[in-house]
Amino acid sequence: MAQLKISKIIVTLLMGLLSLVFLSPLLWMLSAASKIEKDVMKFPVQWIPTDWNLINNFQTVWYGKVPFGHYYMNSIKIALITTALTLVFSSMAGFSFAKMKFRYKNVVFFMLLTFFMIPAESTLVPRYVLIKWLGLYNTHAALIVMTAFSIPLTFLMRQFMLGINQEFIEAGKIDGAGLFRIYWQIVLPMAKPILATAGILKFMWSWNDYQNPLIFLVDSKLYTVPLGIQSFQGMYSTSYAAIMMAAVSAILPLLLVFIILQKQVIKGIAVGGVKG
Amino acid sequence: MQGNSQSRISLPKSDSLKKKYWTGSRKETLLGWLFIAPETIGIVVLGAFPLLFSLYLSFTDWDLVSGLKGINYVGFDNYIQLFQESKFYITLKNNLLYTAATVPLSIIIALVIAVVIHSVLYFKGYFKVVFFIPYIATTVAVAAVFSVLFHPSQGVINNLLMSFGIMDPPKWLGSTDFALWSIIIIAVWQVIGYNVVIYLAGLTAIPDDLYEAAEIDGANKWKQFTRITVPMLGTTTFFLTITSVINSFKVFDLVAFLTGGGPRNATNVLVYYLYEEGFQKFRMGYAATLSWVLFIVIGIITLLTVRMQRNQY
Repeated sequence: MAQLKISKIIVTLLMGLLSLVFLSPLLWMLSAASKIEKDVMKFPVQWIPTDWNLINNFQTVWYGKVPFGHYYMNSIKIALITTALTLVFSSMAGFSFAKMKFRYKNVVFFMLLTFFMIPAESTLVPRYVLIKWLGLYNTHAALIVMTAFSIPLTFLMRQFMLGINQEFIEAGKIDGAGLFRIYWQIVLPMAKPILATAGILKFMWSWNDYQNPLIFLVDSKLYTVPLGIQSFQGMYSTSYAAIMMAAVSAILPLLLVFIILQKQVIKGIAVGGVKG
Repeated sequence: MQGNSQSRISLPKSDSLKKKYWTGSRKETLLGWLFIAPETIGIVVLGAFPLLFSLYLSFTDWDLVSGLKGINYVGFDNYIQLFQESKFYITLKNNLLYTAATVPLSIIIALVIAVVIHSVLYFKGYFKVVFFIPYIATTVAVAAVFSVLFHPSQGVINNLLMSFGIMDPPKWLGSTDFALWSIIIIAVWQVIGYNVVIYLAGLTAIPDDLYEAAEIDGANKWKQFTRITVPMLGTTTFFLTITSVINSFKVFDLVAFLTGGGPRNATNVLVYYLYEEGFQKFRMGYAATLSWVLFIVIGIITLLTVRMQRNQY
């Protein structure tokens, strides 16, 4: 037994080492973001900077020529609105698919299952035409409208709500509550864990989205963080420390949210296998 | 059924005598439709309808600039041109190489990591989180980091290679031979954590007695891995293979941000080619043709994998 434990400790240590190597690109990013420019490319790598330059780099990114803070607000706004809408739409549809009885329900469900196979990339051209025609080209509304509907998250909601005991709903009906009130006051509070999971995933996908903003936004005032990084790299192409600071700024908030709510995220991924 | 009878009971008697039109089940039907309406309409308007619209556009020579009047029907011209274009074959070849490399690499590495985490480790929670971090990191930010790490003369990666005695390390993103591989490395690194999480979920579903029985029969760890773990994870592996293959045909962010398809189309892939034609050259008809080729390629692969899976059992 004792020997078994020792081998377990050794494997854990080896994996610990491997996990550091695995994370080294991001660790390198963190250390480069806090260095002076001429130390960034030094080899062997100075993992802990000798000359700290964190504040200067921070100022270059946040108060420099590129309005990074503004892009940040754009991203937050778009991600929040998209997430809220997605949660409403997908939980409503999920509730209906899971708990209501009406004809052709399964037909619609099967239809969504089929549409799930359509890659978003295949519809870029017509969506561009549609968005232009609606007068939404080069607006945040375009991004919100296009990404507020999510088939995988609807499936995730339905799956969860199937597990809610039908008796709760019957009890609500006996008390004279309409289906809308049952949805709002009984089902949604019970679905909080799955709403949290879906919310985080959606926020993440929206925050990280690069393709849609790249195609549907032209005005640099409307840029989101990924586009901001792009224009930042264009403007400061050799200021690696500053570029790393911009990358840190993009990744860090999401990372913190993830570390706080990791159980919800990982559970959502593991259960639904959902992927942006 | 249960629901209908219950809600009828709750109606006052005088109402049920009058045979109200809005009975419980009628109400439920109406509300049921109302509840699925926003999501379904959204998906139809922004997913299904555009797909059909792009089928129509693929038979036209529309260039956007000339407005709706400039839509001319050209029959199969776009398709014929596409299949004669050498660039299409280059992007297809690159895409297939990307698929052939990323799918097995990301799945096998993830399987090994997941099995080690699952069976022999302390601090499982920590390892789960650590390997998942690259997956949630913004792809563009990750790409910016790697573009510096891959720097041909000063980057960490080449410095490391040179310190190991490789005097002429590759130029990575700037080299026609290695640019696509650089992107493959980044993509695999980013997606491993996702696969690990899915595998870990699959591993917890394997009953422990299988291993105990194998232990009694004298099967060593390797045998247990190949005879129990791998087969028991069959459905998980199948799921990951399909989603990975499909996603590999959608690769865009890394290419668009890092190389713009270059150098000399060495990293040009289907979706990026579509982007170039549609949104840089505004050849909407031609880009729509590419959209449909992409849709069909993904559709065929999905069907083939499903068929293969069925034959296996």
